[in-house]
Amino acid sequence: MTPLVEFRAVSKHFGGIHAVDGVSCSLHEGEVVGLLGHNGAGKSTLIKVLAGVFPPDAGEIVVRGEARSFESPAEAREAGIETIYQTLALAENLDAPANLFLGRELLTPWRTLDADRMEHEALGVISRLNPVFRDMKKPVRAMSGGQRQTVAIARALYFNARILIMDEPCAALGPAESRMVLDTIRRLKAEGIGIFLISHDMGDVFEVCDRVTVMKNGAVVDTVRVADVTEEDVLAMIILGEKRRK
Amino acid sequence: MRGWLEEAGFDPRFTSLVVALALIWAALAFATDGIFLTPRNLYNLSIQTCVTAIMSCGMVYLIVARQIDLSVGSQIAFTGMVIAFVQTEWLGAEAPFAWVASIAIGIAAGMVLGAFQGWWTAYRGLPAFLVTLAGYLMFRGAAFLVADGQTLAPLSTAYQRIGGGIGGSIGTAWSWALGALACAGVIAQAVYARRSRARYNAAMAPVWADALKAGVTCAALLAFVAVVCAYPEPGAAGGAPEGKGIGIPVLILAAVAVVLAIVARRTRFGRHVFAYGGNPEAAFLSGLRTKRVVLALFVLMGALSALAAVITTSRLNSGTHSIGQMAELYVIAATVIGGTSFAGGIGTIPGALVGALMIQSLDNGMVLMDVSSAYRQIFIGLILIAAVWLDAIYTRRIAR
Repeated sequence: MTPLVEFRAVSKHFGGIHAVDGVSCSLHEGEVVGLLGHNGAGKSTLIKVLAGVFPPDAGEIVVRGEARSFESPAEAREAGIETIYQTLALAENLDAPANLFLGRELLTPWRTLDADRMEHEALGVISRLNPVFRDMKKPVRAMSGGQRQTVAIARALYFNARILIMDEPCAALGPAESRMVLDTIRRLKAEGIGIFLISHDMGDVFEVCDRVTVMKNGAVVDTVRVADVTEEDVLAMIILGEKRRK
Repeated sequence: MRGWLEEAGFDPRFTSLVVALALIWAALAFATDGIFLTPRNLYNLSIQTCVTAIMSCGMVYLIVARQIDLSVGSQIAFTGMVIAFVQTEWLGAEAPFAWVASIAIGIAAGMVLGAFQGWWTAYRGLPAFLVTLAGYLMFRGAAFLVADGQTLAPLSTAYQRIGGGIGGSIGTAWSWALGALACAGVIAQAVYARRSRARYNAAMAPVWADALKAGVTCAALLAFVAVVCAYPEPGAAGGAPEGKGIGIPVLILAAVAVVLAIVARRTRFGRHVFAYGGNPEAAFLSGLRTKRVVLALFVLMGALSALAAVITTSRLNSGTHSIGQMAELYVIAATVIGGTSFAGGIGTIPGALVGALMIQSLDNGMVLMDVSSAYRQIFIGLILIAAVWLDAIYTRRIAR
């Protein structure tokens, strides 16, 4: 089966720093792949290459069997790749519908914003994730961490992402809200969406991931099936930067 | 009280601004024995406000997007000189349509100045503060060079009416017709908005609140028309004096403000400006063409400065390189008083209009009270500090 995404020896340098160095890994339909590693291991740079923020310096990104190079975040989104950044990338002064449709606004026949339709659609997708979240006029600045996360996830879902990148989605959340995010990940996986998940929480990783790719200093240490390893094995790979001894 | 005001959909910041303006008007009326509120003075005030208000509309966009333009006064001088040059030296003031061509060329020149500053800011990443400070100096120098420091006069007779002087208004009949049309527009907009929200069963402000808002807006519009129609056109000897009606600069301002308010709230471009101001990184990651947006804002500002230059040169019936001095301060002050926040992402066109009206009211009132220009400058400076201070308090409160 063709993978949804395949990185083939992708590199990204900033000056003399090899942020991502010859990385190869893949993601299949209905699969959750954890990207693990210390801060500075290159996880965030790798996903930003896929999200169209940085064009790669070397190597290939193959999306559904087709080599692609994204020059801008808009191009990556058009290819069905949605990213939920750790910072969430929300405009704090705008409300949920405005953020959800940012860059892809719904327009009336007169080319003006169809604010009421956007609000209606936003309410639909957001209340599926979080039924108690109903205030669509509130600016993001006035929202709780979980509500903000909901908006960021809803933005990815509304546009029928096939490939989802989630960078530390639970880092700023309480237990109940983290549960909501993990349940959502499981549901999306069942719908056949492929997810790259960056996380530092081993519990979360072992709960939802099928495989993990461990990185250190910009390079891949190894990719293993979660079912084949223990948390200690993975932690050792992250810390030592060596493949698991059989 | 704040609770129910907000529930009814009244912006607390805008409401307090209008209340402050009313208090200032009352104080000025008292201090000038009522001269401030005569139709003659209010007509003049409406004309004086236009130059500042037109540019404030552009400044709202810039400050919302975390930019600034300190060169708008120099842009007036340069574009004003270009316009005067086209009329007096190139085409001849009374040549047919020379004044129309001069306006088009002036606006194009303003857009070029804006594009220059916008390119350095958006595509070369220099701070707008420094780029436009350089522009402040350069455009003033360029204005001098257009005619080697000479004053260019007289301008076309048709062109002189644009400034709102003699023959520069549309008379009572047209004014009432326009006033009625504007009221109809306000009411239709309110009804349409409620219908659209009802279609999606979305939450709505109570009927009385929307009715009150539309009622107050219509009353203000009609009161304005009544005042300017009560000011007789000077020099209309013989027969009953005819009222002046709405001045042409006010019509230009109204057109600019309506278009830019709709663009801000109802178009993609406006949405992207606000998103960029709220979080530039998020705007980029959402795939917005942020550099192009910033460039466009400076070009818009240049065009509006040229429009302000049209009104200024028309009122003076000449072009001189010294016009527009300190305009940047009045414009930025009006914008900030009107509730546009330096933190980015917050600001409205109606707020800027009221801010411009407030600052021109103070200026006008102090002239009537024989306050010297030195004291006026000090006072306007203090008002600017007060506005920024209030903005800082407000920003801190909503960030909490």
